[in-house]
Formats: sequence, structure tokens, C-alpha cells
Amino acid sequence: MARLNVNPTRMELKKLKARLQTATRGHKLLKDKSDEMIRRFTALIKENKRMRAELEAELSDCLGKFATACAYSSKEEIDKIFSMPVSNVSATFAVRDVMNVEVPSIEVSETKSDASFPYAFAEMTSEADYSVEKISRLVGKLLKLAEIEKTVAMLAVEIERNKRRVNALEYIMIPQIEETVRYIKSKLDENERAATTRLMKVKDILNA
Amino acid sequence: MTGKIAIIGNGESALAFKAGGVDAFFADDEKEARELLKKLARTYKVIFVTEDLAEKMDDLITRMLEQPYPAIVPVPSDKGGSGYAAGKMKQYAEKALGADVLFGNEKRSK
Repeated sequence: MARLNVNPTRMELKKLKARLQTATRGHKLLKDKSDEMIRRFTALIKENKRMRAELEAELSDCLGKFATACAYSSKEEIDKIFSMPVSNVSATFAVRDVMNVEVPSIEVSETKSDASFPYAFAEMTSEADYSVEKISRLVGKLLKLAEIEKTVAMLAVEIERNKRRVNALEYIMIPQIEETVRYIKSKLDENERAATTRLMKVKDILNA
Repeated sequence: MTGKIAIIGNGESALAFKAGGVDAFFADDEKEARELLKKLARTYKVIFVTEDLAEKMDDLITRMLEQPYPAIVPVPSDKGGSGYAAGKMKQYAEKALGADVLFGNEKRSK
């Protein structure tokens, strides 16, 4: 490991020792942060997997039914019928802080569904009723999924970044400083020994 | 802070969402979808994108990860899912944990 390019003086030694302490403390903190983030990440990604599997099945079913319903009527009719939404989802979008990562936090307020469909029952098949009703319920859940999925994605990015920092400290910064400290120490000791021998020599010359 | 929800999709799948109170935007090809996504990202909080389109705009979606909003969620289209979302999750797991410990087992057992 390359040592830092510094003068071997007491002042540098003192400075480096302080830096080493900071780096070690920082390393420990970052490592703890990383552990905690991974713990949360694992929990979230499991939740996400479960939710997504569930929602995708429901949604596929729902969309399939909807497609069938659409096939019974002409394009214009369908467009006309669905130009107005049946239900309205209102949600509050906030930002939450997870280990210093700003992640979305979506609060779904009650899905307003005024049970009446935007068409006469004679106009559409029952598949449409089914899918329209179902999708209104699904949107709320999908929003929750959106929140979790985004959190997972952002945490993944942050964990990777954090890992880099930890590794840089652990494998580059700290060994480098340690090596330099060792170098300065040996250099200073060497100087001291040189001074002592010099003095002894001078004394010998004077006594002779 | 309340925001809006949008879906970018092709044809019927987007229409179904519209019935659920989501603003629907139609895109038939990749180029249109890209334009739409860029435009919608400014005003909408959550944007659903059908998987087939999301797959083609992967780079654009990845770029939007830095901000908490908009959250872009791939959803299966009426033709069924393409496995894009699952693949994405696998990728995140690998990125964060170093190895895929959650999704790997499944494939082996299949």
C-alpha cells in the first residue's frame, strides 16, 4: 500500500493520527448504516415480491376481463363510456426518511367509488362491471406497491453507494494512513538515534 | 401534498385504468412513450407504465431513481406481464446484497 506523500514530522504525525481516528469512526458508522439499510431492504423486497405477485395476478385477470368486455362493443362506444372515471382515488404524497434516503410515502385516502357505473347495464357486458369495480380497488393497492417499489429501488442505489464508501475507507484510506503513521514514527526514531550517536561521537572527539 | 396518478399504456390496458380514476395516456411505440414519460414526470407523482413499454425505456426509468417522485411502476398489460418488473427486482437485490438471495431459488425449483 502506497503511503501518503507527507513530511515525516511530529506535526504531520499528530494530524494523521487524528485523521485515522476520524476515518475509523466513520468506517464503523457507515458499516452500521449499511447493515441497517440491508436489513430494511430485505424486508421491503420480500414484501414487494409478495405484493407484486398478488397484484399482477389480479390485474392480469382484471385486464383480461376488460378486454373481453371491450370486444363486445365498438371502439367509439367504449371511448365514450370511459371518458369519465368511475371512481376517484385520492392519495397524499409525502416524503419519508429512511436512513437518510428520501423515499416516497403514499397515503391512500379512501377510494371514492360511487358504485354506479358510467353506462347502462344494457350497454356493456358483466365483465366490464367486474373489471371496473375491481380496478378501482386495485389502484389503491398499486399505489402502495409504487411506494414500496420505489423505496426498494432507492435503497438499492444507496446501499451500493454506501458499500463503496465503506470499502474505500476500509481498504484504501485506513491502511494508507496507518502505513504513513508507521513510516513517520520509524523516521523520527531513526533521527533520534542518529542524534544520540552523533553526540556520542562528538563527546569522544572532545575527550580524545 | 396531493398529486396525480397517470398511466402510460397501449390501448385497452390504459383504458381500464382510466375507469379506476387514473389519468390515461396512450402510447403505441417507444418514441411516443418516452416523450410522454418525460412530460408527465414533471406533473405526476405516480406513473404506471405497461411492462412492454417500460422494458424499452429502462434507461429513462433508471434515471428517475434519484428523486422520491415520480414513482414509476411497471404493470402488466392486457397481454400479460413480460417479467420486466421481476427482473428489475432481481437486479436491485443483486445490487444491494451482492447476490440474489430471494429470486434465485424460485428459478431453480421451476
